[in-house]
Amino acid sequence: MKQVTVQYFASLREQRGLSEEAINTEAATVADLYRDLQLRLDPVHLRCAIDGDIGALSREFKDGAVIVLIPPVAGG
Amino acid sequence: MISFVLKSAPFDAPNMESQACGAFATFEGRVRNEHGGKAVLALEYEAHPELAQAEAHKLLTEACARFGLMDAAAIHRTGRLELGETAIWVGVLAPHRREAFDALIWIMDEFKQRVPIWKKEHYADGSAGWVGIDDAPSAKEKQA
Repeated sequence: MKQVTVQYFASLREQRGLSEEAINTEAATVADLYRDLQLRLDPVHLRCAIDGDIGALSREFKDGAVIVLIPPVAGG
Repeated sequence: MISFVLKSAPFDAPNMESQACGAFATFEGRVRNEHGGKAVLALEYEAHPELAQAEAHKLLTEACARFGLMDAAAIHRTGRLELGETAIWVGVLAPHRREAFDALIWIMDEFKQRVPIWKKEHYADGSAGWVGIDDAPSAKEKQA
């Protein structure tokens, strides 16, 4: 079991009702973790940051990681 | 000195200067009253401060290398913006104008794709939506 911090933004924050939470999980990858959260945004549109490193959801994470779910961006 | 700052309130555009640079070029992206055929009343921007800072700084550094700039800086708003307010300011210093103008276009194109900042539009019909999220193809299919 791993404990991680997950941070939510934009519509994910609104759906989850939180901007951040600690989660205990057996998920191997962020994609698995996201599937368990059962949020409405299709994961094909998502990236994530694991301890500040932005990349695909298919990556594994360690106990204690800070994970940011990154929906499609629209700055600028 | 490459700089990226998030500001939660309206700001004055800064000056940038260098005696080695004949060109100082800036761009301001402002809140427009229409998007996708809908009348827009206001916007909100939300950012991940550390990720946005890191990615914007990286992007501005790449711009300096790619276009031979002396300096590049940007400011982006967070929070609620009314029509006409400035959402993003970008400034570059370069020896000559060609690379300065080209850099601004490149920086804006890259910024819109890469930096973890999200935009929610509030429409005149009372609805609101996260741009690129609520109007993403699969969201529309699910609504159909």
